[in-house]
Formats: sequence, C-alpha cells, structure tokens
Amino acid sequence: MSMLSRVAERIYWLGRYLERIENTARLVSVYGNVLLDLPRPATLQWDTLIAITGSAPAFTERYTRADERNVVRFYLADDSNPSSIVSSADSARENARTVREMIPASIWEGINDLHIYLQDNVDGALARRGRDAFLSRVIEYCQTLVGCMAGSMSRDAAYHFLRAGRYLERADMTSRIVDVGTANVFPWRQGQSQVQSQGQGQAQRQSARDDGAEESPYEAILWMSVLRSLEALQMYRRLVPERVLADEVVDFLLRDENFPRAVANCLMALQSCLRHLPRNELALRTVAATIKHVQEANIAGLLAQQGMFDYIDQLQIEFNELHAAIRSTWFETAV
Amino acid sequence: MKFSWHDYDSRGFYDELIGGRGVARPAGKAVAKHIRSLTMEEIRERQRAAELAVKTMGITFTVYSEGTNIDRAWPYDIIPRTISGSDWDRVEAGLVQRLTALNLFIDDVYNKQKILKDGVVPRDLIVESGNFRAACVGKRPKHGVWAHICGSDLIRDKDGTFYVLEDNLRVPSGVSYMLENRKVTKRVFPELFAAENMRPIGEYTSHLFATLASLSPRAERRPAVVVLTPGIYNSAYFEHSYLAQQMGAELVEGSDLFVGSDDCVYMRTIAGPARVDVIYRRIDDLFLDPEVFNPDSALGVPGLMRAWLKGKVALANAPGAGVADDKAVYTYVPDMIRYYLDQDAILPNVETYRCGEHEACAHVLQHLDKLVVKPVNESGGYGMLMGPTASAQERMAFSRLLRANPRNYVAQPLISLSTCPTVCGGGIEPRHLDLRPFVLQGAKHYVTPGGLTRVALKKGSYVVNSSQGGGSKDTWIVDCT
Repeated sequence: MSMLSRVAERIYWLGRYLERIENTARLVSVYGNVLLDLPRPATLQWDTLIAITGSAPAFTERYTRADERNVVRFYLADDSNPSSIVSSADSARENARTVREMIPASIWEGINDLHIYLQDNVDGALARRGRDAFLSRVIEYCQTLVGCMAGSMSRDAAYHFLRAGRYLERADMTSRIVDVGTANVFPWRQGQSQVQSQGQGQAQRQSARDDGAEESPYEAILWMSVLRSLEALQMYRRLVPERVLADEVVDFLLRDENFPRAVANCLMALQSCLRHLPRNELALRTVAATIKHVQEANIAGLLAQQGMFDYIDQLQIEFNELHAAIRSTWFETAV
Repeated sequence: MKFSWHDYDSRGFYDELIGGRGVARPAGKAVAKHIRSLTMEEIRERQRAAELAVKTMGITFTVYSEGTNIDRAWPYDIIPRTISGSDWDRVEAGLVQRLTALNLFIDDVYNKQKILKDGVVPRDLIVESGNFRAACVGKRPKHGVWAHICGSDLIRDKDGTFYVLEDNLRVPSGVSYMLENRKVTKRVFPELFAAENMRPIGEYTSHLFATLASLSPRAERRPAVVVLTPGIYNSAYFEHSYLAQQMGAELVEGSDLFVGSDDCVYMRTIAGPARVDVIYRRIDDLFLDPEVFNPDSALGVPGLMRAWLKGKVALANAPGAGVADDKAVYTYVPDMIRYYLDQDAILPNVETYRCGEHEACAHVLQHLDKLVVKPVNESGGYGMLMGPTASAQERMAFSRLLRANPRNYVAQPLISLSTCPTVCGGGIEPRHLDLRPFVLQGAKHYVTPGGLTRVALKKGSYVVNSSQGGGSKDTWIVDCT
C-alpha cells in the first residue's frame, strides 16, 4: 500500500522536529561550555548564538536583553518561539498524533514521555546548575526514540520519510554548530580590519568577533567543546590523533563521509532514503548537487580567506532547496 | 489499615461487585479479595500509577469547549467491573438478535417498506425522520447489512436485569477506550490476571477488519480499507487513529480522497492515486458528500455517494443507517424483532413514552418530576431533562420545549443504574454506571465480551458521559468455575 501524501509530510516533519529538539539541546550545551572555557573578561556573549542561528528577528521581538537567562529561555522554554525545544516537542507530538497508525506504540509513548518531562523540568534548566542534566536527559530521550524507530519500524516509506527529515535537519544543525565554532575562534585569529572587510550581511556576526583580536591560546579547547557537543571527539581523534585544529575539525564535521553527524554523511544518508521513494528524480538530482558541493569544498582555503560564513550560508540555501524538492514531489501530490 | 468491604454500602442499588453484607458476587470474588488485601494508601498509589499510564499511553479524549486544550487524559478507575459469563451469554444473544432485526428493518425501509405497509411502525415516523435519507432508497448493500458497527447502551436495574437504553447505529464511539482500559489494568493489576479467568477482548480490531473486508466490492483481492476521520479536532480522533493503527488501515481525511471519472474512490499517495474499496467512515451522513448533502462540508468527498450507490466502494456504516438510531424508533425495536424474526426480544427496552403521541405527551407533562426526557436525535447526554433532580424552573422551561415539538422527545422513568465500587477522594464508594458493548455485522456477527463501562464519578449522579465528567472502568466477563 502506498503512503498518503499528507501522512508522508507529517512523518517527515516528525523526523525533523525530533532531530531539532536534540540538536537545539546540543547547541545550547556546547555554547554554555564554550563560554565556560573562555578567559575573563569574556569576549563572547550569548547574543552571538542568536545571530549565528539566524534567530535575531524572532529574539528581539520578544526580549530586550540578550543575556544568558533570556537566550536560554528562548531556545528551551519559550513556547512563542516555534523553534524552541518545548515548541518543537509540541509540534513533534502533534505530528505523531496525526500519524499514530503509522508508528509503533512505543514511539508514541516515548514522545509523550518526553513531552511530560519537558513540561515538568524545563523551568529548572534556565539556571546553569540544572541545565546540563536537563539537556543530557533530553538528548537521551531523543536517542531512545531513534533507537526505537531503528528497532521496530519496517523499512517502508514511513521510515524513509522519517529519516529524510532527520538527516536534513541534522545536516543543517551541524553546519550551524560549525558556524558557532568558527565564530568563537576567529576573534583571536583575525584582526579587526579584516573582519570589517566582509559584506554587510555579516554585520551581526562580526559584532561578536570585533571584541577580540589576539591569537587564541584556547582554540584547541574550544574545538574540543564543539566536537564533544556532537559526540564527535573520539571519532575525530581516531582520524586525527595528534591535534585538534580548526581546519581538521571543520573538514571532519562537514566532509567526513563516515561520521553520522557530519554534513556529508547526513546528505548521503538522505540520498539513500530518497532512493527508496517513488518519483524521486528531482530530489535525487538536488541532493547529488549538494553532496558534490560539500565534497569539493576546500576547507583550509575557506578558513584562510574568511570564506566559511558565506560557504555555510550557501549550504543552508541548498538545504532549503532540498526541502522544497521533497515537498513539491511527495507532499503536494496533485490528481 | 486494610480496606474492608463491610464498610461498603450500595444503598439498595444493584452492585456489580458486592452482593450484600460485604460479600462479593461469584464473578467478582478475586477482585474483591485483592482489593481487600491492600491498604487505602496502596489503592490510591495504584490509582495514581494508572493515571500516569494513561498519560504515557496518550489515551485522550476531547472536550469541545476547552479552547486550545484539545485533548484531555482519559478518566479511568482501577477497580474493574465484573459480569458473570452466564449473564453475559444471554446479553450477547440479545444483542445479535437486536442488530439482526435492526438491519432487516433498515433494508426494508429503503426498499419494499413492508413493515410500514403492515402498519407495525408508523410511516410518518420514518419518512419524516431527520435521519431518513431519500438518496438511499433502492440501494442494496452487500449482505443486506446497513449498520455494520453498533454500540448499544445497556443499564442494570435494581434486580440486576439488563435493559437496552439506546442503539447507536451511526458512528458509535468508545471501543478504543474499552481496549485501552484493559491494557491499563494489565499494567496496574498484573497479579489479578493470573488469578482470574476472564474473556479476552483484544481481538476486536481483527473482527472489525474482517467485517469491513467482507464488504469489499472487489472480492478477489486484499481490500484497501481506510478509516475516514473529520480530523484531529474531532472528539473521537483518538479512536479513529487507534483503530486505523490496530487494523493496519490508512487513516484518511476527506481531502486525501477523490472520486475519479470511473466513479471509483482513490486516495492521494506519494506514488499517485490508489483505489479504495472500503471506507469505515467516522463522519456523519450529512458531511459525507457535498454534492448530495451539506454543500459546505469540507470534511467529505465530492461524488462519494455516487461511488457508493454504483457499488464501487463500501461505506460502513451505510449512509441512512441512522434511520433506526432514533429514540422514538427505538421504542419499536421489540416489535421489529417479532415482525422479522418471529421471536421475543431477549433484552428488554426501558419503558418509553413517545411524546409524539398525544396521550403519552400529556402523561409526560404531568409527571415531568419523575421522568427523564430526551431529545430523539441527540447523543452524549446533551439537551436532556433529569426530571427528579431538575428545579421547578428547569422543568417549566423544558415543558415549553416539549410542547413546541413533541415528536422530538421521548421520556423514560428514572431507572436506577447499577453501581460498582470506585476509588474516590474519601476511599472506595459506589458509583453508578452503564455499559456500551459493540456489535459487528458483516458476513458474520461479533460481540465484544463486555464493552465500555462508563461511570458517573459524582456521588449519586447518573451522568456517565465523559464529556460531562464521567469516568470509565475495565469490564471483565468472568467465567466462574
């Protein structure tokens, strides 16, 4: 039996929202840890995170001060922010509710448990003390769900759409986390004048980098934080045992084809999902072009010429195009 | 301190569990004994665990007036309601007899109309009923069956006799809660299951699928069965989704379906259009097809009635089946059983006054303080008058409604609903309940062993509807050895 277009769309979004919950938890966690690693006076503020994730308009609509409490609330507990963890959990649950007949009961129950956990605990995570435990628990819930799906779902269209949503979302978030890393490192690497030579569109990001200009003695520590947030440290070390440096880390997180949170791996996993679906020509063409763009990237060159921000912006535009191809092919089935 | 049944008093009502002087009925021995072995604190702890299980399992229902809060946790009481197997066998036979006669009646009404010509049921009552669908005249659905899924509401009087209160032949709901209640009980009282010999209920969805599949117009292949829901904001959405999931059927909304130029029904899928054979529709007749019924309906499928009339798709229940689901027509069911089957009704009706009849109406108006008056066409307990508990003012207002449109009402004496021990704030107290078993008819019959027990959680109340603060219980048919 073939799958309803409406159901396919909801399952795809279920995959995206669950991944978004986990990724947002990782993002907030890594940022908190990066800030802890910085020397005082801190050269980075929480508003950098807002700028990097492209959330500045949504944030300034709701808050005046981009301090830790507000930013963390915005990402975790703010139900008026559609990308916050609580909103994503609401959306995941609503999508799951409308496709309950397609997913095993254990997954529906797991989503409810996560939902209940968030309701009961999210306020305690606004202060630093309870936050790490909270975020770890949220990530654990998400990973349990992914495990349930892998262990109990038939490899049919529902599974492929669920994973397609997950991998596209994950590729997007890994690229944003790379952005966090480069934004954190660059203040020490680059002089102020070079930063200012960049395009107007980068203004918000620059503000974060304008403050510091000396060489960073903390670069390795910062990149280790980034890797840790993606649970990538051990896998990275097995590949590059001797050092943790920007070129290698960014290369690993964008171009590694074996690490499951690396952009290239996500895109290839997405590609294999799409191969199982009917009428997949447009979507396969689009994903192949993006994969090529990632494979051919010269990371060291981009970093040396401050081209990384533009490159990641371009990648994110391509992710949007990929989403548009999926939507027009399978979700807007005309008679 | 352990709980003692000697402190329990059902005040003269028939109690399902405790026969009198704190002694359990045979079917309830194991349950009563187990409750007795627990302290009140342990019992409350189980009740809390059950409420958490209900939340985790996502068992919800919807209340219309709650704004954005579209689903609420399903209210469930941990003490099961037990019925003996021998009592049940009789109820089961009565329900099969009743649905068989009702289907013969509906088929007759839309075809030869013999029962109307013979004057057993008044013609006006049927053809002027808001539930009679002229568009269905002349249609012969497969097996001659129109109502494939029926939910009948039963109550037990003071002496324990089962009565039928009403038959729901349109889109009866509640069966998913019956199934989920059993699962919750298994989580909360696993030890009881080993000690008790109860009939399993889990096969309902296989029987439902088999019933639906037996209606398929294309008998040669595995039929494509779908559940048609009005969508997530419907009060029974949980159930629609649940049944689709359990049957492995597609859950569709109106916009997922279309009728092709060949008059067949198709669903929009990721691979293109796919033919549909059987639609278990959970939307009312009048929303099914904007071309025939309500033109503003966005829930239905344009052309669906054409496809059904041409036999390209089966609809369950069939459009028009509601003609027999009317509290005035209800009063004729014993006559139908005699007329079509030449048998006496195994399950009695509750004595009912048809307010459309002049003499009955006068009697009802005179005795409003002793009667329950119900609109013939509503469900969910809406728009009714509980005479004995209503204020004089309420009765006055209601008598005006009644006089204005007597045909729209029936009245019944206040039947004393049976009780069952229920966990309340203060401990364990008797609460009134009813029972909704589900009956299937396609190529064969099936009756759920037990059904959905609904319980009025307020002391002394008879209102069991979940939309008005009612709760529910797991229902056990126990074969005593």
